[in-house]
Amino acid sequence: MDATVRLRELPNASFLPMLIAAAVLCLLAALRFGSVEVSTGALLHALVDRLRGGQESSVAATVLALRLPRALTGIAVGGLLALSGALLQSLLRNPLADPYVLGVSGGASCAAITAIAFGAGAAAIALFAAGGAFAAMLLLFLLAHRALFARDAPLEQGRDTAILLTGVMIASLCAAALSLVLTLAPDGRLRTMVFWLLGDLSGAVSMGVAMAAVFSWLLLLSLGLRDANALNLMLGGEVQAYTQGVATAQVRRRLIALTAVATGVAVALAGAVGFVGFVAPHLVRYFVGTNQRVVLPAASLLGAILVLLADTIGRSIAAPLQLPVGALTALVGVPVFLWQLQRP
Amino acid sequence: MTKALLACRGLDVRYGERWLVRCLQLEIAQGERWALVGPNGAGKTTLLQVLAGVRAADGGAVELAGRPLDRWSVEELAAQRALVADRWFDPFGTRALDTVMAARYRFRGAKHATSGNGQDGERLARQCMAAMDCEALALRDVRQLSRGERQRVALAAGLAQQSALILLDEPISHQDPRHQVQVLQQLSQRKQCTYVGALHDINAAARFATHALLLTGDGSWHAGASHSVLTQEHLSPLFGTEIVQVLVDSQRVFVSTGGIPA
Repeated sequence: MDATVRLRELPNASFLPMLIAAAVLCLLAALRFGSVEVSTGALLHALVDRLRGGQESSVAATVLALRLPRALTGIAVGGLLALSGALLQSLLRNPLADPYVLGVSGGASCAAITAIAFGAGAAAIALFAAGGAFAAMLLLFLLAHRALFARDAPLEQGRDTAILLTGVMIASLCAAALSLVLTLAPDGRLRTMVFWLLGDLSGAVSMGVAMAAVFSWLLLLSLGLRDANALNLMLGGEVQAYTQGVATAQVRRRLIALTAVATGVAVALAGAVGFVGFVAPHLVRYFVGTNQRVVLPAASLLGAILVLLADTIGRSIAAPLQLPVGALTALVGVPVFLWQLQRP
Repeated sequence: MTKALLACRGLDVRYGERWLVRCLQLEIAQGERWALVGPNGAGKTTLLQVLAGVRAADGGAVELAGRPLDRWSVEELAAQRALVADRWFDPFGTRALDTVMAARYRFRGAKHATSGNGQDGERLARQCMAAMDCEALALRDVRQLSRGERQRVALAAGLAQQSALILLDEPISHQDPRHQVQVLQQLSQRKQCTYVGALHDINAAARFATHALLLTGDGSWHAGASHSVLTQEHLSPLFGTEIVQVLVDSQRVFVSTGGIPA
């Protein structure tokens, strides 16, 4: 065997366009399939009509009005979760990190489930979830204050662990509070709660909210990309990165806040969709290596695709029954991940 | 008198409860090559971290080009000094060339061709690798390099940062005899560069350095031109073992004659 093992010349240039094409295909599939199947032609016709501001009332138009915002929300949720997971895995240099590891979604879940217990509507639940996520993030910055704001920044050992452990503790606290609320909650609302906790896109979303979600995903992704080079250097050790000109402490604080916001938005929109944020960055790194400038957008796109696929399957496979997307992401994702692990 | 590039003004450095250096007064002019010499645990690495601005001083101040270290921004500092550590974190596979290119982070966004991060940056990175005899490794995964090879890649990265002052932590600790000579020769040929390097090999220090700083590890220190500081009279008590100086082809060579009982 050749002793000089060269790293693969990475297919970075072609990987991103491929993912974008796949995302568009998945979007089309998400619009086509479901309890009612619509032909692609009718769908495109309705789409063009809608873009022209027409008021056509065909089956396709109705289906489009229902499925398009849902699909777009799915894209945003998957994109945000995977972005968050990719950033945290690199930042904490821990392959087990996922968007929920810092307790942000725990806070969101607590608040949302409490809102459901009191019979709140969908909008109020989302607001509560966002508020809970924000509160958990504040708590993290407060409790991990020393690790996040220490002087002598690059040298202090075990700061990543301190941040990680603080997050895990917040998550555990939230989980305990959550189980308390679940035990005390009225029986009639448990089903709603379980769906929320599994992650569910069936809550009706307006086109405006869906567009705002996609916009916030793209915004957070571009913000994350601005620090991609710095993150590349930080992967090789903090002292090194610092002496090479990276303001490591600032980058870390900025990116942790960014992941918290991304997770908070995603959870407020769709509940605690699991697994995507963990698995998408892993799969992407396998194909494109660790250059964060490629990993961040690619993981984000793959996350979007995964959620879109899972939701489409969830809506179609047992139609008219709708399965929660959170259960499907893992059902689809685990085999893919295991297959990847088996490969040499 | 030329203005000092790096100056220590009454610098105190502590590690835990132990004072490593007390009231260090030092002026390092551009183009000088300083060797930090002292026994294990004397504080050479810690002092280098303080000089690099990575660790805060416990008293006194370090001035770079006349300005205290803590008044420089991270970015400005990167243009002034590089630190070549003797430990590396390679959690993911990266090409050696990319590791060297990463040291040019401070040039990102630079428009002019000579300092750019694009093709010229890569050419310069490859030149630095060639100087450290590791250009052939450019496309290899850093995790698959030997320690000596990895160290030369790190040294090339230190050069590629193109800063005036280069701090070296045991720069030849993993090098074979030929590369020890080659690395130190290449470094000292860059006359515009100023070096402060922790060196265990006294003979390498004597050949490479114009000046030396001896650290005992109990706070006291001794600094000066290398021919007056690196002598058997200073080195034997410093290391607590008999070291004698002999002449080989009119070159000073230190030999440890501390007896090992047969």
